[in-house]
Order: sequence, then C-alpha cells, then structure tokens
Amino acid sequence: MSAMTTSERSNTTTQPTPPSRKRNSLAKGKLPKWAIPAIAGGSIILGAAGSTLTGFHVASFAIYSAVIFLIAASVATTVVEGKRRGKNATWTYLIYASFILALIPLASVLYTVLEKGLPGMNMHFLFSSMNGVTGAVDNQTVENGTPVLGGAYHALMGTLLITLWATVISVPVGMLTAIYLVEYGKNGPLARAITFFVDVMTGIPSIVAGLFAAAFFGLILGPNSRMGIVAAVALSVLMIPTVVRSTEEMLKIVPNELREASYALGVRRWRTILKVVIPTAISGIASGVTLAIARVIGETAPILVTAGIASNINLNVFANWMSTLPTFIYYQIMTPTSPTNVDPSIQRAWAAALLLILMVMALNLAARLIAKLFAPKKGR
Amino acid sequence: MAKRIDVNDLNVYYSKFRAVEGVSINIEPKSVTAFIGPSGCGKSTFLRTLNRMHEVIPGGRVEGEVLLDGDDLYGPGVDPVTVRSQIGMVFQRPNPFPTMSIKDNVLAGVKLNGKKISKSDADALVEKSLRGANLWNEVKDRLDKPGSGLSGGQQQRLCIARTIAVKPDVILMDEPCSALDPISTLAIEDLINELKNDYTVVIVTHNMQQAARVSDKTAFFNIAGTGKPGRLIEYNDTAAIFSNPEQKATEDYVSGRFG
Repeated sequence: MSAMTTSERSNTTTQPTPPSRKRNSLAKGKLPKWAIPAIAGGSIILGAAGSTLTGFHVASFAIYSAVIFLIAASVATTVVEGKRRGKNATWTYLIYASFILALIPLASVLYTVLEKGLPGMNMHFLFSSMNGVTGAVDNQTVENGTPVLGGAYHALMGTLLITLWATVISVPVGMLTAIYLVEYGKNGPLARAITFFVDVMTGIPSIVAGLFAAAFFGLILGPNSRMGIVAAVALSVLMIPTVVRSTEEMLKIVPNELREASYALGVRRWRTILKVVIPTAISGIASGVTLAIARVIGETAPILVTAGIASNINLNVFANWMSTLPTFIYYQIMTPTSPTNVDPSIQRAWAAALLLILMVMALNLAARLIAKLFAPKKGR
Repeated sequence: MAKRIDVNDLNVYYSKFRAVEGVSINIEPKSVTAFIGPSGCGKSTFLRTLNRMHEVIPGGRVEGEVLLDGDDLYGPGVDPVTVRSQIGMVFQRPNPFPTMSIKDNVLAGVKLNGKKISKSDADALVEKSLRGANLWNEVKDRLDKPGSGLSGGQQQRLCIARTIAVKPDVILMDEPCSALDPISTLAIEDLINELKNDYTVVIVTHNMQQAARVSDKTAFFNIAGTGKPGRLIEYNDTAAIFSNPEQKATEDYVSGRFG
C-alpha cells in the first residue's frame, strides 16, 4: 500500500509540470531544515568568543549563547517565514530556555548528592547504627585510612516508622474530612469553616507543628515526652491538609452520574460512597497520599523538637528518642562526631542525603505506579 | 410485578423555584408511557420525582402525592432507598460503573447493597438480566471485561440490564436514546417493547417518532415561558395525541410548528 503511494508520488514528480505553473500562492517561505541547528552552532561559537572577551566562564558562555541564539533564530524565522511564525519561534525557544533553567538546580543537586554520597553508601552504612561510634573511632579511621564506621540504619528505621505512623494518623482523618466536605457538607457553614481551617493548616510552618506536638504531649505526659509517636503527630499536622486537599479534588471529579446510578439502584449513600465513589477515585487518592508522604519525609525541625536525636537503634515509637535521616544529616554536619576529624561525619551526612533522595524518588515512582494500578481499566 | 402509578396534584420545587406545577396523571401497569415536550418544560424533573431521585439535588422538594399501587411514595416514614429499589431508572448518558466488569455492573444493585448471593444464582441473574436487555449474545464471552469498553448503545443496554437485575416494578427512562446512533436506538426501542410485558415503563423523549413508536400513552408537557413552571397539557392514548390532539399547543408541538 505504502509502496504504491510512493511510486505514484514519484510518477507525479517525474511528469513534466505545466510550463505556465505559477508559484503556490498559499505557501510561504520556509527555513531549510539545517538552518536552526546552524544558527545554534553559530550562537555557541559566538557565545564562546564573547565569553572569552570578558574572561571565560561557563555561566556567561551559556547565557551569551542562549541570548544570541534566541535573537538570531527569531529574526531568521521572522524574515523567512513571516511575523506569526517568528513570534511562535521566539516563544517556543523562550519556553525551552526556561525549562532548561528550571532543570539546572535539580540536575545539580542530583549530581552533587551522587558525587558526595556514593562513596559512603555501602552495606555497613545501611545496616549499622551510630551506637558506639565516637570521636575516637572517627579519629582512628582517619589516622589508619580504614573505611568509615557507623551508619544510618537507626535513622532509616526512624524515618520509616515515624512516617508510617504519621500516615496511619493522617490518612483516615484526611480522607474522612474530604468525604464529609464533598459528599455531606456540600457548601454548608461547617464545610466552609473546615475548608478555611484546612487552608490555614496548609500554611503552618513545620517548626510550629513540631512545637505544638511537643507542647501537647508535654502537657499530657509531663517533661521528657520525646518519642517517635510525638513526631508522627507533628508530621500528621503537616500531612492532613495535603491529604484533605488531594482527596477532595479526586472525589469532586467523580461524575455525579455514577452516584445517581447507584442511588437509582436502591443503594444507600454510605455504601455508594464506599463502593462506587471511592473506588472510582482511589488511584488519585493513593497517589495524592504518597506525594503527601514524600512531602513530610524530609522534615527536620519538627522531628528535633519532638523525637530528639539518638545514635542507637530504637524501633519503639512509644518510648525513647529516635533519629530520622534529616536529623541525622543535621547532626552529622552541625556537630561532627569527632570535632577534629570531620570528614567521616560529612561522608555519612552525604550518604544519608542520598538515601533520603532515593526514598523520595521511590515514593514518587510508587505514586505513579499506584495511580496506574488502581485506575479504572479500559479494556475491550 | 408491574405496578400502577397515580400522581395527584404534584408540585416540584428547586428551593424556591417551582419547576413543575399541578401534575395529575395515572400510569397503567404493563404499559409504556412517553413524556414529550420542549426542553426545560420539567418532564425530566417530573420523571425524577417518581422514584425520589429529585431530592438528591440540593434544594429539591415535592408537594403532592405519588401513589405506587396506592402507597404514597412521599408519605411519612417512607425510605427513599426502598422506593428506588422498586422503581428503577435509566439515565440519559450511559453510566456503567467504570471500576466494575460487565458482570459486576449487572450485579451492582445486589452487590453494592452487601447482599450475599451464591455464584450460581449470580450467574443465572447476570444471564437473565443481560438476555432481558438483549445484550447477552454480544457480551457473553467477555463478562469479566470492564463495562466502559462497550459501545455507547451496548453501555446503555448494560445500564438497563443493571436496572432490571434488581427486579423493579417500574422502569423510568430519561431520554435513554439521546446519546445513541439510530441502530442502537432501534435496539433500545425493541427492548422497551419487550420490557412492557413485565414492567411499567415511563420514558422521557425528545424524539416524537420514538414516542409514537414505543408508547401506549403520551403526556405532553409545556411551559408558558422561561421562569414559569412546567405543566401537563394533555395526556391521552398515543394515537390520539399524534393524530387528533385536543389542545392547540399539543397539535402545534407534534406537528412541528412550535419550539
């Protein structure tokens, strides 16, 4: 089929065109395919030249090249293809430029963390705590040039446990709130008040949430009430508004027709919500929750004031202090284990940072996977 | 199984706004009744009051009585859920549950209510309902596939199968063919003709040929102007409405000189 069309096409091109054939009045000029790459190449050369004049630097080189390319490509397109296409080209390249600009910090962070974190990332780091690792140990490590001892296992478990408990607290509260807002409250005074306070909660600084949890449990349990669950409560204060918001949005986009279809079958409202509305929205809700977890997993300040800091493994969130990865990083950097030889501490901090980023990335991927897994299937 | 509906002086409101005024109508069991009229005349609103779906809309309320075989649907202590399980409804746009397979869609009325049903009973009910909706032969090999994968006409017949699976006395249809092509429409119309052997069917339609083809009796609704409530103008045998209407407004509408 396609072979036939090609042969037909070649036939038409080989046929002699009528001599009186005029230029197509519908067509406009078009830049040849090589023009834009050529302009890009020229801009890079000119940018390099311009940058060398003022003392070569990568930043000035990139900026000069980009500006020269933007102007040259827009002007060339305007001259050859017309004003409208010229404007289109300007905005297209501007948007590309801002996209690259936005990517630079991300790429830079990833590169730095990988570069500095990878050397410290090994099985020993992942599966041992800082228990017994003192300044003397670090000093000896540096003197003998042996591998760095001590790891972040206690902080990793702390992060997982505290985040898990924060999720256990916030998901039911947040989801039920959203269900009330969308399905029952409609636009009544209580629903509007809740929406307002959820908005206010979104803006609470994390340290305030931490102080709230610390003070609250301090009142109930007296002094020395620092433990994992208090940190989980602090984090859930930060998580609940996110969960409410994302669940609310997801419930709102469930078509009303599905609710009516269910009511028309003689199904009660709570069963309709439980069996029709939530399953339809579950993929969005689940990925929203996962993103809310990713949002709080890196909190430092509220953990410091609620769970304290520990160097040993503590798997019980209801007693004793706990470390999480962010607080572990903070302490390794601010108060190195050995004040005279800070390198082992810094290496541990970067490795923990890499671990934390990997966890957040995994959560984001999980969110996508969950959304795909739970999405209503479209098979035929 | 099929029951009669008698409506006495029914007024339907959206908050303060009176959408339908003073409707009285008697709908015979095992018959097809069509509601026709211009857009916004309140025929769909009125239809929704017949199984208490109107009050799902915020501010929706009703005055008057609707009797199902003599029992008032709006009497004190009547649970709307009971009413809706006896009076089923098919909507304008096909709306199968996207999370459920074809089979689960048919069983939705049973399963969503948490009733236990044995596998053999469930299979029998699915086959009976899908056969009743003229869909069995088209989907019997893919009962476990999602209902949203069917064509629009098939989805609408799936919704009808879902409705008859809960064994209602009355089936209300709100413009069931308006989103469908002529062939699917024909399939649904054939189905309506079969359904009236077992059920009382009430159908709202914009298509007058459809009303003439499928219904035994036809009710014409009209409004005096925007912001005015809709009224029942004329209710009679379909043949009479289309060939020899009593009211001038009905004649103008069915002959196409209006709206």
